[in-house]
Amino acid sequence: MTPLGFERSLALVDRLGLSQPQVSKHLGVLRAVGLVLVRADGRHRWYRVNGPALKPIHDWVGSFERTWNVRLDRLDDVLAELKPKEETS
Amino acid sequence: MNTTNRHGSATVTLPADREILITRQFDAPAELVFKAWTTPELVKRWWVFGTSGWLVCDIDLREGGSWRYVTREEGGMEVGFHGEFRTIEAPHRIVSTEVFEGFPVEDPDAAAALNTIVFEERDGVTTMTNNVVHALQEHRDAHIASGMESGMQVSMDRLEDLAVELDRAA
Repeated sequence: MTPLGFERSLALVDRLGLSQPQVSKHLGVLRAVGLVLVRADGRHRWYRVNGPALKPIHDWVGSFERTWNVRLDRLDDVLAELKPKEETS
Repeated sequence: MNTTNRHGSATVTLPADREILITRQFDAPAELVFKAWTTPELVKRWWVFGTSGWLVCDIDLREGGSWRYVTREEGGMEVGFHGEFRTIEAPHRIVSTEVFEGFPVEDPDAAAALNTIVFEERDGVTTMTNNVVHALQEHRDAHIASGMESGMQVSMDRLEDLAVELDRAA
């Protein structure tokens, strides 16, 4: 049975539609920088996302996203105001 | 602030090393979103961050035409962006360059990003996608990192809005 939250690299090959060597290469890099964790069990290897290590990346993009959110919320307000005018004209 | 009829929030993804993809849905036809995106009087109302004021908002909406936005932030610092329209297919597609004038390089124009903005309408709802392609990954990363500062500012403005709203309600 697959340990909770872990995936075999073969499952990732299926899901991503990439070749086995490509997936292995990506996993190797992600492991090296600590973004995925690996568990070896006999001849199988299971991989899991390392959530806490991803947080700085999430935060980095997150503040940029919030900036755009506020900007586009304001655009939404402008559109809401324009809409009745355009529809009745 | 009116929050009805909102079609969710903006999402930002990084589809490739040099790219940023911003997506948002609006409860309005593409024609209206295009108009709000390309008319200076309307752009002035949404593009700017809360505390800044406009110095320049020029849009020469034709292929080969240029645009320039300059705002003054609270501390007096001027922030400018400009670019050139490459393709205009009203009301569905705009391709333009974007140069951040404060970019700390010798020739900011050489560091121009290419923005492809698409407005796709379905059943009266318009999906906006803004695909930003930078010349270098480090420019893309600096662009994302700029959100740290403005994001902070935006939070403070939100807090202020909330305070005003609570004050009125009291």
